This record gives sequence, structure tokens and C-alpha cells, in this order.
Amino acid sequence: MMINEITIFNELYTARADLLIALASLALLVIGTMLKTRAIHRVAIAAVTVLFVTLIMTLQQDNSDAPITLFNDMIVYDRYGVFMKILVLIGAMAAVMMIVRDTASHVFGRFESVVLVLLATLGMSIMVSANNMLSLYVGVELQSLALYILASTNRNSLSSSEAGLKYFILGALSSGFLLFGISLIYGFTGTTSFPLIADIILMGQDSTIPMALSVGLVFVLTGLAFKISAVPFHMWTPDVYQGAPSSVAAFFAMAPKIAAVAVLGRLLFSPFAELQGEWTQILYALSIASMILGALAGLIQKNLYRLLAYSSIGNMGFVLLGFIAGGLNGVSATLVYLAIYLVTTAGIFALILSVRDKNNVAATNLSDFAGLSKRSPAVSYALAIMLFSMAGIPPLAGFFAKLFVFKAIIINEYYILAIVGMLSSVVAAYYYLKLIKIMFFDQPPATVLYTVQSSGLLRWVAVPCVAFVVLYILSPDRLVYEATQAALSLN
Amino acid sequence: MTLETFPILTVMTFLPLVGALFVMFIKGSNETRIRNNAVNVGAFISVCVLGLALVMLGNFDGGTPDFQFVENVIWFEALNLTYHMGVDGISVFFVVLAALLTPICIALCKQSVTSRVREYVVALLVLETFMIGTFCALDGILFYVFFEGVLIPMFVLIGVWGGPKRVYAAFKFFLFTLLGSVLMLIALIYMFVAYGTTDIPTMMFDPLAGNVQFWLFLAFFASFAVKMPMWPVHTWLPDAHVEAPTGGSVILAGVLLKMGGYGFLRFSIPMFPEATEFFAPMIFWLSVIAIVYTSLIALVQTDMKKMIAYSSVAHMGYVTLGIFTATTNGVEGAIFQMISHGLISAALFLCVGVIYDRMHTREIKRYGGIVKNMPKYATLFMIFMLGSVGLPGTSGFVGEILVLMGGFQVDTVIGTLAASGLVLGATYMLWLYRQVVFGPAENKDASAMKDVNGMEKMALIPLAAMVLWLGVQPGFVLDRIGPSVENLLNNYYSAISLPTDDLARLGRN
Repeated sequence: MMINEITIFNELYTARADLLIALASLALLVIGTMLKTRAIHRVAIAAVTVLFVTLIMTLQQDNSDAPITLFNDMIVYDRYGVFMKILVLIGAMAAVMMIVRDTASHVFGRFESVVLVLLATLGMSIMVSANNMLSLYVGVELQSLALYILASTNRNSLSSSEAGLKYFILGALSSGFLLFGISLIYGFTGTTSFPLIADIILMGQDSTIPMALSVGLVFVLTGLAFKISAVPFHMWTPDVYQGAPSSVAAFFAMAPKIAAVAVLGRLLFSPFAELQGEWTQILYALSIASMILGALAGLIQKNLYRLLAYSSIGNMGFVLLGFIAGGLNGVSATLVYLAIYLVTTAGIFALILSVRDKNNVAATNLSDFAGLSKRSPAVSYALAIMLFSMAGIPPLAGFFAKLFVFKAIIINEYYILAIVGMLSSVVAAYYYLKLIKIMFFDQPPATVLYTVQSSGLLRWVAVPCVAFVVLYILSPDRLVYEATQAALSLN
Repeated sequence: MTLETFPILTVMTFLPLVGALFVMFIKGSNETRIRNNAVNVGAFISVCVLGLALVMLGNFDGGTPDFQFVENVIWFEALNLTYHMGVDGISVFFVVLAALLTPICIALCKQSVTSRVREYVVALLVLETFMIGTFCALDGILFYVFFEGVLIPMFVLIGVWGGPKRVYAAFKFFLFTLLGSVLMLIALIYMFVAYGTTDIPTMMFDPLAGNVQFWLFLAFFASFAVKMPMWPVHTWLPDAHVEAPTGGSVILAGVLLKMGGYGFLRFSIPMFPEATEFFAPMIFWLSVIAIVYTSLIALVQTDMKKMIAYSSVAHMGYVTLGIFTATTNGVEGAIFQMISHGLISAALFLCVGVIYDRMHTREIKRYGGIVKNMPKYATLFMIFMLGSVGLPGTSGFVGEILVLMGGFQVDTVIGTLAASGLVLGATYMLWLYRQVVFGPAENKDASAMKDVNGMEKMALIPLAAMVLWLGVQPGFVLDRIGPSVENLLNNYYSAISLPTDDLARLGRN
């Protein structure tokens, strides 16, 4: 096919938001090496600015109702991608601020961390707008490689290196699954383009769909289930959250999960929409297992980051509920859930990262929070609100997130799933309450090691998050409207 | 602005929340000043709410079963949720009850709460918002938001200011109630799918098919039975009561327990009439077991609060019995019993709080002969004790006798067994009173206690007056709840006279 230059420039211009991140990350890598002092701070300011500009650009793209495809249909910009990209960018911005606050004063706090976040964000941006198996895979790998390094940035710490290595090995394995699945799908459809795959499956409806296509889909789902840490592919999550620097764990809990769910949603509802009957069963099992294990395994955790890892596993189970329900209701419910999950998670991490010891090391054990409410009531109350929201207690935002996904599955008559989900949310409430109990009911230790060291950066993350969670009840419609529009563009 | 356009229910519901925000940001030069200001502001706000509640009661038209002071605005289009508030005869007195008990708890916290007073006031004010909201909400999800929201401040109240086993009690309270409630939420969502709305007046008297009602009833039952609490899911209540601070116990016994009974009247009977008819015999037996069994347990308690907590379960047994007799007497009696129990048990917990503040023990045998040094206290305590026993002339009598009349209309055996609870109730309450107030004055510190002070009198005397007044003038309440109850039962009977094939089939299987 002939590609004329004007088209290329047009396409590049349309993709300017992604290009900006790409160029900025390369430029910052060079600039960072030249900065002698406070490199991480300066680079971070630049990075947040870049991400913010990208966010504005992405928001402006939102006006286009019809999807735009670029680069021979490799990339698609539609409202679904825009919605997800906004979430990813918000998560990345929050993560940059947390990483600077958390690591700047440590030996391992280097500006490269920030650049890596930018690169991972670029990968995620490609993932959420991928319209082809190949661009999808490139996006996944770009973000994964950046994340592996991020996990092991604290190279003097054994656990951080272990986390990085573990993440790398299991991540590589899951990428292998993904690639193998893609090759099977390519083998039986002859294409990697999402729209073409959809057409071929639709044409094959009358005859039988080759078994191997389903097998390929299973492998792709497995690969993505690793990325969103759905049970039984969750094993890396607690170790990585615990081992990686705390603020990096915060990043892992937010943006990459959203990007992986976004890819999953696009795959399931765009090329493989016709195979819904087949993948629903897989998702059903993943979701039930994630909800139950996320709730039960969290009960016995003493390390806060392991607890949050299990919490995120459980939450991914709830996210999948929307996909199981399917249709406009289900997908929009998942998107709303993701948005609220993102904000709540960002708030929780920003708040717990502000609890630090004299050496500026963030608290990691539940017991480090004992009696925190006496020392710093404001942070404790804010954290309690976020945890109640995670537990799904009204009138906080987390309740509405759950309300939506449960509405979607009840409409589609998955009653068992609804009951299991609700009961596991009650079990999970126990460990959220446990942290609240430790902060409010327990006596502080004789020698207080961990105190709240307030920081402007964390406040910038925490305050909007808490405000959102508390005030969401006043105007719940806007988010739902956007999510519905996004879900509409998928079908 | 006239009362027709003034959103009185919204103001009553959210004024405490605004007050709580205000209290949270009170600044002061020292701890004592902050503390006093917090209590004063909290008391002022809650008295304002009480004033509004009385204005509302004064303007309440007792002659109609319709919802009054209705506010209805769209809140959440995607789920077709409306911010729909209103009260009828069934709910109006619960709102007043919640508004009455909160200022009492806030005013009394000066002496019973020693640490984090400001937070205590904030928790009580937030709790008041959720309590009033629960009784005013006319949308299912809105109701659920308030109903569940109660858990947060109550969890904090028990956990922060409670007794030695407070953490256990707080968790038990929270998880028990949450477990019941999430099942109700599933049912509510199902009903949203079926009706396309969760507007309560729309769903009332428009029942779904029989076998669906069956499951929905059970889901709602799980929530309300835990909240009530009914035997055998009552076990959280004694723990919560014993560990909660006085204010927490008062609110818990006075208002929170009524949410279950209110839920039965607002959801179960009008929305699931066939299932109600089907399950009523089971509930009668659960109620009777609650009345007899928990009364027997109360007999052997050595802890005052625990004894009153078990007596609460027994009294709530009368409420469920009355509601599910579906007779005018029974339902009116149940509502009256809830209001009366709200006053009496709240007052009893306050009475326990009075001597607990002085002695810091709830052991019955540590007291004795305090009638000599606390005569006024003994008198007030006696009024509430007799009210709890159900002596004619107190409000307790009216509720119980009406419920028993309803019970005998339905089933003589049930009625007889339930009536035996009156005897048992008298036994343990009189025993408690004898041990604490009379008996030999063996404990020196008990004999040295001072009589009720001004603040305590201000709290207890109005409650005592109301207990006696409602005992001789029950018409004040019964006239106002009458039309709503009549309307409820008429619709209930017209619904169950419809063919009930599905339910009969389920009954046989």
C-alpha cells in the first residue's frame, strides 16, 4: 500500500499525545543525566507537566465520536481508549508524585524512576488504543519492561531485587502465553487486526469456529490475567508489592492494572464479541476465585503491602464482574468501578506513604499504624474514609462502584456470582476494618517509630482523592455518562 | 417560607452533618475549651433538630396514610434514583425518637466520656444524620445508603469509647450487620431490575410473582432480623451493648434496633405480602423463642447492661410478633412498643450510665442499698423499670397488651407463650431493681455515691414523663399511626387474597 507523506503527518499529528510522552521521556533521560542537583525533583516536575499536557490533549480528543484509526489500523482512538487513557494518566501522575516523595532522599531515588514511569505510561497508552495484536503486544512489552526495572530500583535491598526478578520471570512467562495465543489466533484467522478477526469470526458463525481459535483466546486471556493479577495467576502480586519500593507498588496497583483491563475489555468486546459464550466461563472462574481468595488471604496478612495486594486481587474480581455481565451495562459498570478503584487506591497509597520513620522509610507493617489517630487525626480519618470506601460502605464512592457492577450482573441473572461477590466483600471488609481498628482503637507503642511526615506532594494526591470519594454521592451521573459513552464506542 | 415549601426533612437530616463538620474544625486554646465548645455546639445543633422534629410532628396530619413533607428530586439518572424523602404515620415517631435521644447523649457525654470528646460529638451527629435519613428515605437505595451508613459512626463509637472487649464487639456488630445488609442490597438491585426504579411508594402494594417474593423476603429478612435483632442472630447485641459507651448504648437500643422493625413495615409486608403470609408462622415462633429464651438468659446475668440488652431482644420479640400478626392491634402495638422501648431502654441505659460513671462497674452485686443515698435516682429508675416490665399506666403496657391482643387473634398458643414473657420480664427487672437499689448496703463506695445531678435529671425526667404520659395517653401516638397501619393492612389483605399458586407450590415442596 502506498502511504503518502501527508497522511503520515496527519496521523502523527493525531497521535501527538502519545508522541509527546515518547519524546519527553527520551529528552528527560538525556536532560536528567546533565542535572547535577535535585535531578529527580526537576525531572518529576517536567514529567508531571508532560503527563498533564497529555491529559488535556486526550480530553480534547474526546470530542470525536467516530473512532479514528491510524497507521494501517494499528492504533484506534475512540472514547473507550480515551476514557482508559485518562485513568492511566491520572494514575501515572499520582505515581510520579509518590515516587519522588518516597525515594528522593534515598540512594536509590534516581530520576530514571520517573523516566521509567513515563515509558510505562507510553506502553499503556499504546495498549489501551491498540487495534491490532502486534501493537497490543508492543504496548504490553514496553510497559512491562519498564515495570520490571521499577520493581527492582532499590537495588541494595534483597527483597526489591527479588521482586523485580520474580516479576520479570512471571511477566515474561505471561508474555509468552500472550504471544503464543496471538500466534494461534493468527494461524487460524490469517490476520492480527482486531476488526478483521471480528469479521472472520462473524463469517465463521454458520460453520464451526476452529477449536484452536478458542485455545488461542484462552492463552491470550491467561497472559492478560497475569497482568491484572486475577487468581490463579496472582502469585507474583503480594511479593512484588511487598518487595518493590512502596511508591512503586502504588504505581503497580493503579495504572498497569487499568491498562490491562482496558486491553482485556477491548479484546473481549471487539474481536471476540461473538465468542462471548466461551470466554464468559473463563472470566466467571477467574472472577469468583479472585474475589474469594482476595478476601480470605487478606485476612491473615501482617504486611500492609501484601494486604493491599490481596485487596487489589479481590478488586480485580469485581472488575471482571462487569465483563461477565457484558453489554453496555456491564462494560460501563466496569469502567466506573475502575475509575473509583483508581482514585481510592491513589488516596490510600498517598496516605500510607506519609507515615514514615526517622530515616524516611515508609511504614510497611500494619502494626506500624498503631494508635495513629492520636498522633495525626487528619490522616487517620482520611485513611479510614478511603478504607470504608474500599469496603463498599455507603455513602462513599466505593459503594456506588459495587452497586454498579452488581446491578449489571443481576440484570443478567448471575445470582450465584452476585451472592458470592457480596459475601466476599463482607469478608474483605474485615481487613479494611482491621487497619481502621489499629489506627483508632489500639494504643500507640511505647516508643513511636512511625509518624506522619506531611508533604505537599502527597497532599496534592490525597486531598482530591478523599474529596472525590466523599462527594461522589452528590453528583454520580457524570462519571457514569462518560463510562457509558466509552462502552458504546467499543461495540 | 411556609412549611409546605420548606424542606424540613432534608434540613433535619443534614443539619447534624453540617454541625459535625463545624465541630470538627473547632479551634481552641486548650483541650477543655475545645471539649466544652464541641459539646455545646453539638447539643445546640441536636436541640435545633429536635425543635424541627417537634414542628414536623405538630404539622403532621394524622388523618391520612399518605406520605407527608415529601421531597422528590432526581439524584442519579443512570440508576433512576431519586432523592425522595417523606414520612407517614409509621415513620414519623421514629424520626422524633432519633431527634430526641441524640441531644441527651451529647449533653451527657461531658461526664461519661473522658477522651476525644470532640470526635465523640462528631460521631453522634453523623449518626443522627443517618438515623433520621433512614426513617425519611422513600427510595430503596437511598434508604440503604443511610441504613448502612449507620455502621461507620457506630463502629467508631463502640471501638473507640467502649469497654475492655470493645474491638471484638465493634467487629461483631459491623460484620453481622453488614452480612445481613448485603443480601438486602442484592434484593434491592433485583427489585430495581424488576420495577425499573427503587422508589418505595412505587414498589409498595405492587407485589412481584410469588416465588420471587419468597427469595426477596428472605434477603430483606436477613438484614432486618439481624438489625432487630431476632433470635438466633441476636448475639451481637449483648456484646455491642456491654462494650459501647453509654451514649452508644442509648442510641443503639433507642433507635438502631427500630430500623429492623421499621424495615419490616416499610418493605417486607407491603412489597412481599404472599411471602409474609407464608413466613409469618416461622417468625411467630422465632419471636416467641426470643421472648422466652432471652428472658431466661436475662435472669442469670450479673452485668446490668447485659441484662438490659437481653431484655431488649425479648421486647423486640414482641415487635416482630406484632408486626407479623398483620392485625391492626398487633401492628399498632408493635409500633407503639418500638417507640416505648426506645424511650424506656434508652432511659435504662442512661440509668446504668449514671451509676457506672460513679463506680465504673456494671456488676450487679457491687451495688446495693443505694436508695438511701440516691432517692431521686431510685424513683426515676423505678419508673423505667416498671415501664420495661409493662405495668399499666406506663407506655410499656400499651405496646405489650396490643401485641398480645394481636397474637391471641392469630394463635392462642403463640399468644399464651408470648404472655409468659411478661412474667419473666417482671422477674428479672424486679430482681435487678431489688439488688441494685434496695438490699443491704454492703458496698461502702456504692453507699457514698451522690444522687443524680442537674444534667442527669434534665435527661431522665422528660423521658420518665413521656413514659408515664404515653401510658395514660396512648391515643396521641395511636391516632397518628392508625391511618397508615390501616392502609398497610388493607393493601396487604387485598394482595394475599389473590391466587397464590407459586407460593403454594413452594410450600408443598
